[in-house]
Amino acid sequence: MQLDAEPLISVLAEKIGNTSPDIGVVGIHTGGVWVADKLAAKIGATKIGRIAVTLHRDDYAMRGLHPQKNKTEIGVDINGRHILLVDDVIQSGRTIRAAINELFDFGRPASVKLAVLVDRGGRELPMQADYIAITMPLDGAQKLELINSGDDLRFEILEG
Amino acid sequence: MLTANPQLTPDKKLRHLLTTEGLPKSLIENILDTAAQFVSVGDRDVKKVPLLRGKSVFNLFFENSTRTRTTFEIAAKRLSADVINLNINASSTSKGESLVDTIDNLIAMDADMFVVRHAQSGAAHLIAKHVNAVRPNVAVINAGDGRHAHPTQGLLDMYTIRHYKKSFHNLSVAIVGDILHSRVARSGIHALTTLGCPDVRVIGPKTLIPTECERMGVSVHHDMLRGIEGCDVVMMLRLQNERMEGPLLPSAQEFFKSYGLTAEKLARAKADAIVMHPGPMNRGVEIESTIADGRQAVILPQVTFGIAVRMAVMSMVGAGRGDAA
Repeated sequence: MQLDAEPLISVLAEKIGNTSPDIGVVGIHTGGVWVADKLAAKIGATKIGRIAVTLHRDDYAMRGLHPQKNKTEIGVDINGRHILLVDDVIQSGRTIRAAINELFDFGRPASVKLAVLVDRGGRELPMQADYIAITMPLDGAQKLELINSGDDLRFEILEG
Repeated sequence: MLTANPQLTPDKKLRHLLTTEGLPKSLIENILDTAAQFVSVGDRDVKKVPLLRGKSVFNLFFENSTRTRTTFEIAAKRLSADVINLNINASSTSKGESLVDTIDNLIAMDADMFVVRHAQSGAAHLIAKHVNAVRPNVAVINAGDGRHAHPTQGLLDMYTIRHYKKSFHNLSVAIVGDILHSRVARSGIHALTTLGCPDVRVIGPKTLIPTECERMGVSVHHDMLRGIEGCDVVMMLRLQNERMEGPLLPSAQEFFKSYGLTAEKLARAKADAIVMHPGPMNRGVEIESTIADGRQAVILPQVTFGIAVRMAVMSMVGAGRGDAA
């Protein structure tokens, strides 16, 4: 099953409303970066970087390092900045926990808010998004994956 | 029966790092890619990530090396490990304790990782074999054993070459100087040939090049001007006076005349060739001062990349094997 992500980005932008250009948008690799690129343009905020959570993941002790070439790049001083963190999906909340830790390695932001396209339920940590385009409870075995065709983003739902 | 490579797990992950010889190409590339993630950690406000939090890394230096020990220490600390430095020369072994007894004692202190520097070739292998038998969760990293291997140096040299030259295909690399005593040269040669470098040359006097060196897949040159012709990378080695037994060289001055890197000799290499040196440098013996400080030298970036490469290796061998089949 497929789900067009483009209208969801518009819904998310509407919920966030107009923001000041001072808000720094940070996407979480990989899907969150794609969403952040489009979202920042719609809400008139500034993209200031991207976050890879590899170095703060909590399953390192069990599974080792996830080899990937993506790395965190924060182009500006985030001390005192208002940050909008963007991801495609929130589930357990573990990625968000790791992303916030990673962000704080670069400084102390004035505030951090979280925007996601899909809240699929299944939280294992007390992490909640400030802006959600759609809430769609899925069971743990189902996979929800954001696909980038180059022009458009869409979700693919795979049954477990 | 073939003995399995003791530095790999059954599913071909890095278990220890003992030598670059026999490491699969994909694993070397994986180490270099992982190191790339760690390079930027040095630029952050908080130069630390939590991967080895709660782990104890023991630096066991049976042979002195301030630089290597320091970079391993920085790497471990940036991964949030606790680091214990032991200068063994000055302690137990001088009281007669055997190597295995020393290791058993440190394992009893809940060591998670050993970084070992030893004057005897094979020391790290011996320790790895021992811990495999008694404490399979403990990892061993070879920080230089005799003339045999110095794998993290070999890997950081590969990282440096890849950083400046992007790929190993069509690359000509010249390794110059005291090849005979150099574990850096051996580790570099094995990594270069595995990564597909088609032209590796070793340059030095007959007395400082091991016999049958060609079997490692390199060409041997005794004339530096000819050997360095058209190469992309010049790796200079330190003249290891402390390891030389008997007169292998007339004098340091003679050596510099024939094999020291001067502007005149470097002009024979490609115009964009990079100059590397593992340190510590003997200015005026292996390398002219103006070259060491010149625009082609990448000797200090090698040191910086070395920390990231050591972080990569430590985070890979230190990973839990909770899901290992």
